[in-house]
Amino acid sequence: MATVDDVKKLAALARIRLGDKELEKFTKEFDAILAYVSQLEKLDLPKGDERVVPPLHNVLREDGEPTPSGTYTEKLASQFPAREGDALVVKQVITHD
Amino acid sequence: MTKALNELTIAEAARALRARECTVRELWDACHAAAVAKNPELNAYLEIFDADETAIAAAQARIDSGDESLLCGIPLAIKDNILIDGKIASAASKMLEHYTATYDATVIKKLKDAGALFVGRANMDEFAMGSSTEHSAFGSTKNAVDPTRVPGGSSGGSAVAVAAHLAIAALGTDTGGSVRQPAALNGIVGLKPTYGAVSRSGLIAMGSSLDQAGPLTKTVEDAQIVFDAIRGLDPLDSTTIPAGLYPEHARKEKLTIGVPRHILSEGVDADVLETFEATLQRLAKEGHTIVDVEMPTSPYALAAYYVVMPAEVSANLARLDGIRYGHAARGETLLDDYVQSRTEGFGPETLRRILLGTFVLSSGYIDAYYRKAQAARDVLRKEYDEAFKNVDVIAFPTTPSPAFKFGEKSNDPVAMYLEDVFTITANLTGMPALSVPMGTVVREKSTLPVGIHFTTPHANEAMLFRLGTDVEKLSRGE
Repeated sequence: MATVDDVKKLAALARIRLGDKELEKFTKEFDAILAYVSQLEKLDLPKGDERVVPPLHNVLREDGEPTPSGTYTEKLASQFPAREGDALVVKQVITHD
Repeated sequence: MTKALNELTIAEAARALRARECTVRELWDACHAAAVAKNPELNAYLEIFDADETAIAAAQARIDSGDESLLCGIPLAIKDNILIDGKIASAASKMLEHYTATYDATVIKKLKDAGALFVGRANMDEFAMGSSTEHSAFGSTKNAVDPTRVPGGSSGGSAVAVAAHLAIAALGTDTGGSVRQPAALNGIVGLKPTYGAVSRSGLIAMGSSLDQAGPLTKTVEDAQIVFDAIRGLDPLDSTTIPAGLYPEHARKEKLTIGVPRHILSEGVDADVLETFEATLQRLAKEGHTIVDVEMPTSPYALAAYYVVMPAEVSANLARLDGIRYGHAARGETLLDDYVQSRTEGFGPETLRRILLGTFVLSSGYIDAYYRKAQAARDVLRKEYDEAFKNVDVIAFPTTPSPAFKFGEKSNDPVAMYLEDVFTITANLTGMPALSVPMGTVVREKSTLPVGIHFTTPHANEAMLFRLGTDVEKLSRGE
């Protein structure tokens, strides 16, 4: 069972604010969804080491042929909510108190 | 009776263009005019583009010089979560309402190279989450057959644009059935390719291990034409697959079709099941063999999906924080900026899935939910691999019922999620799947289309097209 407090905590983690009414609604819906999803508990599944991990390989390419500096700067900077020249304006991150 | 130009299929339009029965300009005008005329009622498009004179002239020149690209000069609808350089890509969300794409998605680049034209941005459920387009921040799309009903989703706008002839064909994306379900509910064809067959570069990500772009078309032949144009290895998407990764499949004329009847015994409308069985019988008469298959983990697929998908959604949508682009609300502190931007920018279904994803990934529950769901996904895939030792293809109805009315499932998320009960497995296993119209059922005097759904082993789209073509022929009574 999910409680209003649980959902409130999740919302804070997800950087979302919910009103009291929404909290109540989401909590109720959450319970219905979790009840459905909990069917998985009935399944007997391979655990930990028994799971086959597919072969993985590195897909990063070698550095090289960089895009000329400035190719996308204006396109990207024009999307900034606030800019100074080509710099993105944000609030102060570190506070002194 | 001759068809209007906007009613043509890709194959028909390509032929007409080369026979000089119409020009690229006339074909574009027919689709564009239909879109402008009908969009106020249907809301299939969030934006209808102006004619791109350069692209139209270039396509005509290519056709005049004997170019064989079948998509050359063909007007397409593009789902609003696929990036077209210089155009808005909002994913039908307030969060990205004014976001302009800074590059072409690989699929768009390929379509441009093929000479295709774009009619507009097709409506969808916000960030591709939903089965009805009721979750679009800009109003729902109406079903092309019965405007009192939902078009399905999340690629509802793409499906209606094609079914109502507001484009010759369309591109959608499919994370749990978002191409196939709206295709079925509007009486057209929808393909979810093998995971990795089509590049995801430039798609606004929803569930990265599940997402694939796919065509919505009037015929199976058209689906194959679009698929052939957009597929292929892409250095910008490391999950795209090289040719030969999966074993070669023998070309067979007569197929063994497996039907997991044990999971169809409840939850499927009686007349949908009858139409399905009748279609199978017609296929049997054509020489295909119908057998029962057991897929014991299948009933758990939807539950596993509703753990894996929201987990990936919550991670993917974390990038939308109101700092670099998108909806940017400002509060007292930097944290307020994030929280306010996200709270104002996302709609309720998106919030619901972000919260659910945050929950299943949180340290206390990750074993009980996320890891368990991933293990279930492995077992499911193994079950399908096993089944494919004895059968060539597995068949379901695409949806348990035809298009439902607006509002019918809005207050019950689980009922809405059950719309995808048959389609999600192909996303979990990565296998290709095709929905083809199989007939109609009647609801409140409305004759509504329903689809049949086929899944084959990885990289065997060819078999889907062959079987889909058989279903089309039988539906036409050939």
